[in-house]
Amino acid sequence: MREKTKYVPVPSTTILPERDAERAPVLECVKLGITLGGIKAVEDFNLTVGRTEIVGLIGPNGAGKTTVFNLLTKVYQPTTGTILLNGQDTHGMNTMQVNKAGIARTFQNIRLFRNMSVIDNVKTAMNNEMRYNMASAILRLPNYRREEVAAHRRALKLLSIFDMQGVADVPAGSLPYGAQRRLEIVRALATNPSLLLLDEPAAGMNPSETADLMDNIRKVHEMFQIAIILIEHDMSLVMNICEGICVLNFGHIIAKGTPDEIQSNPAVIEAYLGRKKEA
Amino acid sequence: MTMRRLINLKRVEARRIYLTYAVVIVAYVICQVMSSTKFLSSSMRGMLVPICAYMVMAVSLNLVVGILGELSLGHAGFMSVGAFSGVAAAVLLQGIIPFAPVRLAVAMIVAAIFAAAAGFIIGIPVLRLKGDYLAIVTLAFGEIIKSILNNFYLGVDSGGLHFSMLADTTRLLPGGKLIIRGPMGISGIQKIATFPAGAILLFISLMIVFNLVNSRSGRAFMAIRDDRIAAESIGLDITKYKMMAFVTSAALAGAAGALFAMNYSTIVANKFDFNTSILILVFVVLGGQGNMLGGIIAAAVLTILPEKLRGFSEYRMLLYAIVLIVMMLATNNAEIKDFISRFNPFRRKEEANS
Repeated sequence: MREKTKYVPVPSTTILPERDAERAPVLECVKLGITLGGIKAVEDFNLTVGRTEIVGLIGPNGAGKTTVFNLLTKVYQPTTGTILLNGQDTHGMNTMQVNKAGIARTFQNIRLFRNMSVIDNVKTAMNNEMRYNMASAILRLPNYRREEVAAHRRALKLLSIFDMQGVADVPAGSLPYGAQRRLEIVRALATNPSLLLLDEPAAGMNPSETADLMDNIRKVHEMFQIAIILIEHDMSLVMNICEGICVLNFGHIIAKGTPDEIQSNPAVIEAYLGRKKEA
Repeated sequence: MTMRRLINLKRVEARRIYLTYAVVIVAYVICQVMSSTKFLSSSMRGMLVPICAYMVMAVSLNLVVGILGELSLGHAGFMSVGAFSGVAAAVLLQGIIPFAPVRLAVAMIVAAIFAAAAGFIIGIPVLRLKGDYLAIVTLAFGEIIKSILNNFYLGVDSGGLHFSMLADTTRLLPGGKLIIRGPMGISGIQKIATFPAGAILLFISLMIVFNLVNSRSGRAFMAIRDDRIAAESIGLDITKYKMMAFVTSAALAGAAGALFAMNYSTIVANKFDFNTSILILVFVVLGGQGNMLGGIIAAAVLTILPEKLRGFSEYRMLLYAIVLIVMMLATNNAEIKDFISRFNPFRRKEEANS
């Protein structure tokens, strides 16, 4: 177990926010890399995320942002480097085990259990905290009822964060787009993560919906006191809520820092807008 | 409000479950009254038990196809494992348990255990596959089970149980009895399967499947069906839950197989071939995937239909096909569904509310 002393981050990583400086970071990636079909999709990726930090992961299309998420959640096994989650090496774990260890995610193209009701989507995510077995389910034993009632209450409570308890019994696939995005976040939160990965949560949203989303992410961050990494193209959202930003281009980190530093970083401007033609 | 017009799944699902139980009980009572008042012809009375067995098969396959979302084409294999192990158990227990219904119940439990074991062994390689590949491999395993049982000899004598493969080399002591005779199957079975027993088995299977579906395991099955990647990302053990559904389904199929076999005096492994697997799949698809009541009704209709069409002699299979197509259209056509739902008293009330 780690002591509650001043944490010294791995040399190659960025500065943690003041409030997290005393505690061990939730995530440390060291020299993370993967080769997909002969192409180095991500290389030398180093990132430390503080216990309650909100980090933005930005970069042009194809920069490898979602690949980083897939590496963290072990959809792909990294070819090089290590990922420490809460100080624990995730080497050899699969997606399920990584989730149990504390990473929950949402997807770029929404992946809900479309034919199941909204509340069942959330209750499914609580599966690992339920203990009753198949026999008690078939015979409807008292522990089945007790745990189901508890899960139902907690699911409603989680849905109420986003004011969705009214649509609890509706099929998830028939929800409007924005609500589906919110439900994905609720489902991820139901697994009790210590790190939440949001993959383009504002994609396809209009400015007012994006503003709502921003409030919701802040609310979740405050309520659960967890670390959040978000991939996003909407710069107003990223610059407003992220404390640290990491810019990827062609699989490499080209800049790391606070929103202000990133906005004035020449390498970032070049990645996004291209270089001025030399006369 | 647009929100209120969305379907309330909870009410729909609960109603469907109670309706299924109610239909099964009412149908049982009607059939029982009709058969005791000699209203049913003797050929129909003889079909009551096989119909029950096919209904249980439809319910159990629905757990894999409709709830878990994996296509299994070898379900008759588990039925035959259950049939052979169940009948063998019944023969061995003949002296120990004289009361036939209890013997039948014990035989069905033994059958369920053997079929579950077969399901587990087959599940280990099969459940690593997805979609079409899984379907093809289950088909192959169905055939493998058939071939094994076609070459399996089991005998009992004072020295205990003896079995051999390919040829009868059991060398039983005098007074011993050969129970399973390879391709000749089992003959001289005591017909202890009764309609009430079949109805009870169907009711228990429905209870197991419904209660399982409405638990954390059932939610996991449906989550895997709807989105495997998302299911993994929220920490579900895909292999464990697939195996759970597969083994439960196999166990129910085994019990149904034992019931089915003990309605006939002779049973051979060739009875449970690919055609039977497809027939069961047709029940499930026609009744609607995940819809237990639909599967049960389809099983009843498609078992009775060939008998009832006997009068049309050579046009029998043609009419059978036409009825199949009409049923498919009727259950999947939105306009026909709309038309039928007009006669549904619940539906109208709900529309008035919104």
